[in-house]
Amino acid sequence: MTWLRSAGAFAYDFVIGDDWLGAAAIVAALIVTALLVHIAGVNAWWLLPLCIIAALGWSLRRAVAAKP
Amino acid sequence: MNALPLVLTVFVACGVEAVEALTIVMAAGLTREWRSTVQGMAAALVVLAAVVGALGPALTLVPLDPLRLVVGALLAVFGLQWLRKAVLRASGHKALHDEASAYLREVTAARQAERRSRRGIGDWYAFTLSFKGVLLEGLEVVFIVVTFGTTQGSVGFAVVGAAAAVLVVAGAGFAARAPLARVPENTLKFAVGVMLTSFGTFWGGEGVGVRWPGNDAALLVLVPVFAAVALGYTYLLRSARKPVPASEQPAAALPAQGAALPPSKGGTSQAAQGEPSEEAVRR
Repeated sequence: MTWLRSAGAFAYDFVIGDDWLGAAAIVAALIVTALLVHIAGVNAWWLLPLCIIAALGWSLRRAVAAKP
Repeated sequence: MNALPLVLTVFVACGVEAVEALTIVMAAGLTREWRSTVQGMAAALVVLAAVVGALGPALTLVPLDPLRLVVGALLAVFGLQWLRKAVLRASGHKALHDEASAYLREVTAARQAERRSRRGIGDWYAFTLSFKGVLLEGLEVVFIVVTFGTTQGSVGFAVVGAAAAVLVVAGAGFAARAPLARVPENTLKFAVGVMLTSFGTFWGGEGVGVRWPGNDAALLVLVPVFAAVALGYTYLLRSARKPVPASEQPAAALPAQGAALPPSKGGTSQAAQGEPSEEAVRR
């Protein structure tokens, strides 16, 4: 169990790192894009880059604000 | 997609990881014992080869669209993390990664650790330091090779890029007999963050069914756009940063070359027990 927990913690730190909200924003953007493409029939190629740019700005803002 | 961008991206990304692994191997080899260090490195390479051998063929069985979605999402998240750290470093909100300083920390910890033989290994500390360093940095190389290679259907080209990076860095390191402190690592990390985020966005979009304008040529727009945005954020954060009064500035950002550094956080106790901490290796 300890080994599994360590492996899970490593995988989390490896991919997601310090900011899980940024990762969540990307997943949410992918879900919304998929819905727009498959349900609304909109080729929303622009949504993902915009969301990633916004997520990066938001993440940086929080990182700087969190500094003492 | 042309193989050249794939090979170059993997080469640069893996080169950065190889420089970090080399610093740890050099610290273990030059201050402890080369034989145990090489054994640790070889053991890590065997584990990494097994991971590639298991993951590579397994991923080729997954249909391309779901694979691109998962790989794209992972790369976008992974790339965002790299880019965030790169912008924070470039704007002065996070300490720059410095191989000379990292090397000094490893050397200090390695000198303090007692020598102990275990399981036929002459110096267990040198073995585990080298093993963990190569394994942890190597896992990032494997992640990049497997994701880029399988998504583009050319694992061979990705392996060529990674192998070339490792050979160049290892050759330069062993020729210099020192960590490669002159490699512009922070700039390279910035570039890798841009590339990972761009490829992740492209493949993630394709995975959810987006048709990119210009197909693969969209990458030629995504890369400069993400680079420009990251540079813009760096400029904004740098401009917004309040100047630190001289009286509040630290006496020296880094100790002089060759000066003894304080023991690493969490590294000392484990070092005393003959085993480097994972945190010490990852730093």
